[in-house]
Amino acid sequence: MPDFSVLTDYFDVYMEGFLNTIYASVIALIASFLLGTVIAVFRISSVRPLRWVGTVYVEFIRNIPLLLVVYIFFLGLPLLGITLNGFVCGTIGLTVYTAAFIAEAIRAGIMSVPKGQTEAALSSGLTYVQAMRYVVLPQAVKIVIPPLSNQFLNLVKNSSVLSVIAGLDLMYFGDKVASDTYATIDTYLFVAAFYLVLTLPLSFAAHRLERRLAKHG
Amino acid sequence: MDFAGAFSSDNLRFIFEGFYVTLKVAFLSIVFSFVLGSIVGVIRYMKVPALSQALGLIVELLRNLPLLLLIFMARFALPDVGIQLGPMYAAIVALTLFEGAMIAEIVRSGLNSIDKGQIEAARSSGLGYMRTLWHIVLPQGLRRMVPPLVSQFISLLKDTSLAVIIALPELMNQSKIVIGQNLNYTIPVLLLAAVLYFTVNYALSLVARRLEAKIV
Repeated sequence: MPDFSVLTDYFDVYMEGFLNTIYASVIALIASFLLGTVIAVFRISSVRPLRWVGTVYVEFIRNIPLLLVVYIFFLGLPLLGITLNGFVCGTIGLTVYTAAFIAEAIRAGIMSVPKGQTEAALSSGLTYVQAMRYVVLPQAVKIVIPPLSNQFLNLVKNSSVLSVIAGLDLMYFGDKVASDTYATIDTYLFVAAFYLVLTLPLSFAAHRLERRLAKHG
Repeated sequence: MDFAGAFSSDNLRFIFEGFYVTLKVAFLSIVFSFVLGSIVGVIRYMKVPALSQALGLIVELLRNLPLLLLIFMARFALPDVGIQLGPMYAAIVALTLFEGAMIAEIVRSGLNSIDKGQIEAARSSGLGYMRTLWHIVLPQGLRRMVPPLVSQFISLLKDTSLAVIIALPELMNQSKIVIGQNLNYTIPVLLLAAVLYFTVNYALSLVARRLEAKIV
């Protein structure tokens, strides 16, 4: 039976970390969605340099560890005279990393909209941006939502790297409690429970969305 | 930025030793998690009463926890129940369990994607359940699993970097130590680490893409 005093005595500490984990995940989700959309549009753009930038971004970021991306900001920015705390650097790192995956999901969604739609929109006088905004993207969204919900699930789990750079997240505070109390197993079990409270509903929702999409095409 | 200083022969040797540890841990974890994931995936596919559900629960739990937490647990919580693991084994155990759970899902959905008619045909031509699984379902399912499996292996290789928190002397850890000597080494060393990770992973993803093109 786990020692619940480790939970009750330190509840505020867990809560602070829990909330910071949610903040970091939500901020990074919104920011990486915006950045990922821009990169996805770059990747399918007819302008070659833009396409290049998009491809290099996606291929490079997807093939290096998240922790390395986080370190680039955490250790690199101070060299430029910019000092940000672990939470901010970690959230920026999460955003930059996740954007590459979201860009790929969005690109796949956009590619799934038949080319004829774009051509029709363009030939009825819409500009490229308008065609994207009013014709292609609204249709792509439906296909993009299941992989996006998976990315959000990953984001919540990945936000634990903040702990490596003292990012004040759930893992960070959990580790603190563990070293304060020496009740290592109990503390980690409570940390696990806090993560599951966030991730299990997300994973359930992602499954359902996927199944619904599979059914209705 | 001091490229010459950062890439002195001592530093390079140190970093490449870390790269070797990264590759070793990744390779061993890939082998173990593939074996574990395949067994669990097949058991779940076969719907063995009780066992399948129990494994399903464990898989769901593992998949929904951060790997970092599992690494911490393997290193710092297991000693409390009498299992003392060094950084290397702790990392391999955590990676094997986490990625094994991911692979179990890949295997299960790969097998589930095989058309029911195939199984019915095999069964009605006299093959037993196990032989149907072995000769009909597995070979076809395996082919569909290859692309997601390779991307899972790429994730695994990237995830080995999380073992810095238990001071496993892998690439990320060694890079940080070199950066600690002199801040002017930061960018060159991080770049080198990025290039090393990128090279292995990109090569893997190219293999995956070729396999995908061949199969589909």
